[in-house]
Amino acid sequence: MLRELFPNVVIEDLVTATKETFYMTGISVLGTLILGIILGLLLFLTDQKGKTYKTMNFIVATVVNVFRAIPFIILILLLFPFTDWLMGTIRGPKAALPALIIGAAPFYARMVEIALKEVDKGVIEAAKAMGAKTSHVVYKVLLPESMPALISGITVTAISLISYTAMAGAIGAGGLGDLAYRKGFQKWDFDVVLACTILIVIIVFIFQFIGDFLSKKIDKR
Amino acid sequence: MISIKNLSKIYQSKQNEVTAVDNMNLTINKGEIYGVIGFSGAGKSTFVRLLNRLEEPTEGQIVMNEKDITKLKSRSLRQERQKIGMIFQHFNLLWSRTVFENIAFPLEIAGVPKDERKAKVSELIELVGLAGRENYYPSQLSGGQKQRVGIARALANDPKVLLCDEATSALDPQTTDDILDLLVSINERLGLTIILITHEMHVIKKVCHRVAVMEGGKVIEQGEVLDVFMRPKEKTTRRFVQQVMGTEQEEDPISTYVKAYKTGKVAKLHFVGDTANQPIISQIAKKFNLDINILQGNITQTKDGTYGSLYVHIDGDEEQINQAIQFVSETSVEVEVNGDA
Repeated sequence: MLRELFPNVVIEDLVTATKETFYMTGISVLGTLILGIILGLLLFLTDQKGKTYKTMNFIVATVVNVFRAIPFIILILLLFPFTDWLMGTIRGPKAALPALIIGAAPFYARMVEIALKEVDKGVIEAAKAMGAKTSHVVYKVLLPESMPALISGITVTAISLISYTAMAGAIGAGGLGDLAYRKGFQKWDFDVVLACTILIVIIVFIFQFIGDFLSKKIDKR
Repeated sequence: MISIKNLSKIYQSKQNEVTAVDNMNLTINKGEIYGVIGFSGAGKSTFVRLLNRLEEPTEGQIVMNEKDITKLKSRSLRQERQKIGMIFQHFNLLWSRTVFENIAFPLEIAGVPKDERKAKVSELIELVGLAGRENYYPSQLSGGQKQRVGIARALANDPKVLLCDEATSALDPQTTDDILDLLVSINERLGLTIILITHEMHVIKKVCHRVAVMEGGKVIEQGEVLDVFMRPKEKTTRRFVQQVMGTEQEEDPISTYVKAYKTGKVAKLHFVGDTANQPIISQIAKKFNLDINILQGNITQTKDGTYGSLYVHIDGDEEQINQAIQFVSETSVEVEVNGDA
């Protein structure tokens, strides 16, 4: 029956495309997590009195805002020279990674900043009263105490990243978006588009489920 | 000993200056429980945060544990803070950590090895009476239990000084008393100096040796708790005393009672310190052939003794009454007689 519903779908193509989408999403989520947390911490920690802090905060905030303002499809084009230099190619799933991470990290950084601002000021004060260094405050208070929000933030970001990978696919990055574009748009095989859509929705649900589960499990409030 | 000299904190904003702490001078003895009382906005919370420099003083000097806190560089300040415990009104526990891990937190910061941490935490859990709850999360504890965790955490690095910022203000009266008892026993057992900020006179009365009353960033009155109770000089202090003793009537109750009785005398007995423990009424009744009727009384227990007054009506032979009053005035109970009835 499936054969009748999806006459033009080639299973091997679908498997390869799904793997590529998972690869791009997985690596870029990891990269976004790291870069986003670093930027978010910088935004949070530099948000205080003093000229050095003010300047640093301004620089980080500007970088974050500028990259967040650029539409993703344009960002990919803009980053072609950088990608070529870093990855040695501008085609395939690997080449999509820099643009994906640079596109999503500023967005996530703002979510990290909000999550950190939600941490009880009293607890930070208590840690300082115990003689904690800034690194102690970051690793032992800020990150663990904001963990549920950091996880739900990365879940939302991961889902945007999945749709970014589809967009990147359109200009040759591979993955389910690429498959749907090539087969669906250029050859008018609508069943392939449908199959790709179903797979992407399933991937999104998987990410959402994992994120909700972890966030709930970790929250002891 | 903690000595505080000319301590000031001024908050600058674009429009105006706010002086939260205004040229404070205090000396707090080693091993005492020192209370600072004031209404909200009096500057007491800022004051206690100046002591471990959670707030930077604008001016003045704080000497604690033989060190000038105000002169310390950030590294040595952090080391010094490990020797100053602090507990908070809202406990400020990490929700992501269990009771055990919360108490271990300051030890991790101080770099204590894991084995030692474990032993120390177990000892502290025992001390604050939380045995069996090591693996609970703060959200599973009552307010009183949370504050016990807060106290254990504050004691982890064997501090010499414990700062309490409204530590009982979020607790119900019964739990407040339990926590105060715990603080007193810690003070006695460990010889810890405790500085306690509160707006409740009950707290001062129950645990403090000495008290300072703050208003508008200044200390307006200070001294032994019993003295402050007996002879409050300032209006604010009187209001705090009234929190515990009830409102003084406008008219001296003696004269009201004098009008009500046709014979005998009305006397006001003033108990201060240990004297309240003397069975003075029954002694009079036994020694003299008199009838004694207690009209009104209000006696309260402070840490260093009792304070209060008792209005009695004494009836019987005039000569006997005078002798009885003479007898009372020879004890340490102060007596005040207001005319014949």
